[in-house]
Amino acid sequence: MNWIYEPWPWYISGPMIAFIMFLLIMVGKNFGMSSNLRTMCTICGAGNKADFFKFDWKFQKWNLVVVLGAIIGGFIGSQFLSNDSTVAINPATISNLKSLGFESAGTAYLPTELFDISSLLSIKNILLLTIGGVLVGFGARYAGGCTSGHAISGLSNLQLPSLIAVVGFFIGGLIMINFLFPLIF
Amino acid sequence: MRTLIYLAIGILFGITMFKSEAASWFRIYEMFKFESFHMYGIIGSALVIGIIVIQCIKRFNIKSFYGEKIIFNSKKNSFSNYTIGGIIFGLGWALAGACPGPMFTLLGAGYLPILIVIASSIIGTFLYGILKDKLPH
Repeated sequence: MNWIYEPWPWYISGPMIAFIMFLLIMVGKNFGMSSNLRTMCTICGAGNKADFFKFDWKFQKWNLVVVLGAIIGGFIGSQFLSNDSTVAINPATISNLKSLGFESAGTAYLPTELFDISSLLSIKNILLLTIGGVLVGFGARYAGGCTSGHAISGLSNLQLPSLIAVVGFFIGGLIMINFLFPLIF
Repeated sequence: MRTLIYLAIGILFGITMFKSEAASWFRIYEMFKFESFHMYGIIGSALVIGIIVIQCIKRFNIKSFYGEKIIFNSKKNSFSNYTIGGIIFGLGWALAGACPGPMFTLLGAGYLPILIVIASSIIGTFLYGILKDKLPH
């Protein structure tokens, strides 16, 4: 059982994700995480501002419970199922990130430059995390889904729109990392 | 009872996101640099199995655990919203290094600055809801 403490290889992780989608389908639901962000808007009263948020969020309560589980799962995974959560990325990627100023590459799970609590002292970092989040939330809803809804659920159901969206995800990601990162960092 | 099932599925999802390193900013960066097979292996193998599972459910008319018919929603056919929205999402995914599932996993793992990403992604969703009718779809 020692493998469980190591980072899981793709051939364990991928099938697990498919299994999670299968479980959700078999309980009559679907795998899509970004719709929770819309539900949270509705709970906060966004229905008064736009019709898009006028729906009975109680039908989405199950998905919020999945989110709660995802939080607990992150706690269990990091506290009880990992001896060392350093992510062993490609040495070429590490030297590339170091040249951008990410000295924590290859020594941590997340870059401490962005996600250490002390990084909140930098206005630039707060701004970057905020912009990243706004783009994720706006883009996911505009595209009608995120990685789980399109790249996993939609493509598994052979939906052409999901393929278009996933190609879009990659265009956006490639632009950000290849053209914008050298300007930002 | 059903709530507990959803919670258990969520916990399994959170553990998988953390242990697969799909919740790691570094893995997302590495993926967009095409310098590792890891993320492609995860998404690819999930997809191959997912396609087989959904095809089987449809072909053999498999019922849910509660004996109900399983309905798959088709995505609306259009182009602009998937392209533009997809690109915007991709920009944010690469910058924040987290998509709407793993960001909650990271909160549980104790990376508190992710709260900024979560809060602003809710704001981003809100902005979309307000501007929806003015955007090309």
